[in-house]
Amino acid sequence: MSSLQSLDISRRSATTTPSTQVRSSPEVAKLIDVSACIGCKACQVACMEWNDIRPEVGTNAGTYDNPNDLGPSAWTVMRFSEVEVKKDSSNLQQETTLEWLIRKDGCMHCEDPGCLKSCPSPGAIVQYANGIVDFISENCIGCGYCVTGCPFDVPRISQKDNKAYKCSLCSDRVGVGLEPACVKSCPTGAIHFGTKEDMHEYASTRVEDLKERGFAQAGVYDPSGVGGTHVMYVLQHNDQPELYHGLPSNPKISPLVSLWKGIAKPLIVGAMIGATIASFFHYMKVGPIKEKKEV
Amino acid sequence: MNTNTLDTSKDLVRYKDLTRMNHWAIVLLFFGAGLSGLAFLHPSLFFFTNLFGGGPWTRILHPYMGLLMALCFVGMYVELWRDNLLIKVDIEWLKKTHEMFAGNKDNMPEVGKYNAGQKLVFWMMTGSLLILVITGVLFWQAWFADFPVILRRIGVVLHATSATVLILAVITHIYAAIWVKGTTRAMTEGLVSRGWAKANHPLWYREVVAKEETMK
Repeated sequence: MSSLQSLDISRRSATTTPSTQVRSSPEVAKLIDVSACIGCKACQVACMEWNDIRPEVGTNAGTYDNPNDLGPSAWTVMRFSEVEVKKDSSNLQQETTLEWLIRKDGCMHCEDPGCLKSCPSPGAIVQYANGIVDFISENCIGCGYCVTGCPFDVPRISQKDNKAYKCSLCSDRVGVGLEPACVKSCPTGAIHFGTKEDMHEYASTRVEDLKERGFAQAGVYDPSGVGGTHVMYVLQHNDQPELYHGLPSNPKISPLVSLWKGIAKPLIVGAMIGATIASFFHYMKVGPIKEKKEV
Repeated sequence: MNTNTLDTSKDLVRYKDLTRMNHWAIVLLFFGAGLSGLAFLHPSLFFFTNLFGGGPWTRILHPYMGLLMALCFVGMYVELWRDNLLIKVDIEWLKKTHEMFAGNKDNMPEVGKYNAGQKLVFWMMTGSLLILVITGVLFWQAWFADFPVILRRIGVVLHATSATVLILAVITHIYAAIWVKGTTRAMTEGLVSRGWAKANHPLWYREVVAKEETMK
């Protein structure tokens, strides 16, 4: 929601020239260790508190998800999934086991953001050099193209002001050397923040630990289809991310969106200008078909 | 009045007043919807939003201008679709399109109220407007925000594609009117000269003259 210094903006929506490149800063990442999360929602509270937003009181839809969905005033929501998972070690009597998986949902801060690619308004979506993807509300025109472009179904348009909202990864805090509010509040240390490199290093120790405890498929969720993400998960079942409230196993910008905001753009503009120029030269070459006054 | 010029009473009525006013309403709405839409297609054209009061206003106005244009076009469609059905002579005409482009008008087969090129433009406009309205609804955020994202994605691609078809059809349409002299009068005054009619639409000309004879 807030902009770091313009020097920190490395990519800008609907802009055909390069953004500032002179200052390089290390890529950051938030690491959410799903195996250490107890679903207390302290992170949700901290998010609402720091960003000073309150979703309206809703209704219970039969799950612990509260609110039921992400929203303009709810940038992160704990998703609770009860799933039966096949046991990795076969020496146990039961073949499957019931697991309660809790995933903190929100913007994944893709390295190749579908929202930014789709956005038609210059500078309404930016990516900072550290990788954070941010919505600059004053430039948002409310078209909803970011919703169309996002592979994770994250942006939400407010009915009140027609602006798009999502997690900013607390870019205002990160910009002054603080960790995001959710990280600060987590009582079990399930949410970590630092350079992406450090987060991978820490995650690998967690994965190792989980594997020792029988989760043979444990791993880090950092999907390459979107160039990696600046919000990563440690998953007990990294082979089946869908278990975690439909987390896509291979997210990428839809080919339709790539077509639309990729090759089609210059092609269409070129066709229009081409047709006009061709008409002009046709007239100059062939000349007009003159009107015969006499019958 | 110069005695050499044709007596205006000898001119033929090509379009009625209501048809012409509807046509010009479509023209204005086409430029409104077209320029505002192009602003969202390519960053190099985003400056068109300045014509409509900025980004949010352009986003608000675009669908209404587009919808209104399509509604006006319905009137035109009802009036003209029969005259634009493709018939045998149109195939002949299309086979000789290169002659037309070369300006060898006399080698073209005789056509009625519309030639095959005009008919194609008509159907391109009809088809593209229909697709534009249907797909536009799929991502009209203010009113229809709840379509599944896959429909929105298909919608934006088809919307951009059919908008291109429409714009190319309009460029052809405008150019033809400038190229073939005596044509624009049909839309500004509703009249064309007999010479124009005989040269460009001989079958229609004979039809109209035959009607005149029976009226006498």
